[in-house]
Amino acid sequence: MHPPPNSTRRQFLGLAGAAAVLGTVPVVTLRPAEATPEMLASAIRNVTGGAAVKTGKVKLDVPPLVENGNTVPLTVSVAHPMAPEDHVSSIHIFNEKNPQPNVANFHLGSHAGRAQVSTRIRLTDSQKVVAIAKLSDGSFWSASVDVVVTLAACTEEVI
Amino acid sequence: MASALINVPANAKRGDIIEIKTLMSHIMESGFRHKASGEAVPRDIITSFTCRFNGAEIFRADLFPAIAANPFFSFFTTVTESGKFEFEWIGDKGFSETASASISVE
Repeated sequence: MHPPPNSTRRQFLGLAGAAAVLGTVPVVTLRPAEATPEMLASAIRNVTGGAAVKTGKVKLDVPPLVENGNTVPLTVSVAHPMAPEDHVSSIHIFNEKNPQPNVANFHLGSHAGRAQVSTRIRLTDSQKVVAIAKLSDGSFWSASVDVVVTLAACTEEVI
Repeated sequence: MASALINVPANAKRGDIIEIKTLMSHIMESGFRHKASGEAVPRDIITSFTCRFNGAEIFRADLFPAIAANPFFSFFTTVTESGKFEFEWIGDKGFSETASASISVE
């Protein structure tokens, strides 16, 4: 039994079309290495272990418009008492579009007196910055801020 | 050369919440930059900062390349006795620096 003569041609065209589609997908997805929202979500999952993260308590102070992404002042504070039996045990900072989703983890104790930390960070692009606080009872609270960056970090070449 | 700037009040009352500010000079090379020739510049960052008071850890930070050059931190602690703050920075390529500051509490 021979297949009809145009059957192989049809199969060939179908295969070629499929290969072309498959071939273009990686080209499209091979964009510059940026933390996608999925990477942000998985970085957050690594910290929370899948526990629910509630919005509130955390205050994230970042300028809404940043001229130079190489040095962005950031202050995070948590409105929560710092008593030995009930305190903020850690604060985690994440970003959306830098090559890595993590920015910093801060480990505190009840003796801190005030759950507030300031530092300076880098941002490669206009994006969302997320802070998550872990309380000693195991609950997680978060805040996020959208930042517009006019001069990105990490793009310049080293000569 | 690496050098640290530490800002700790010299005196405080028992039970006061004081602010501690630290700055360590470091390039914090992210590892994501390239030379004009195309080769990547290897990562060289501080990965860990710890502050201890009289030997007990009171603050610790894990750092990532997204921390700006010359890492600056400001944080708070409650003081109950006179003593010594010890600061330690640890990073890539064997980077390790320490600094200390004393406080008298009345």
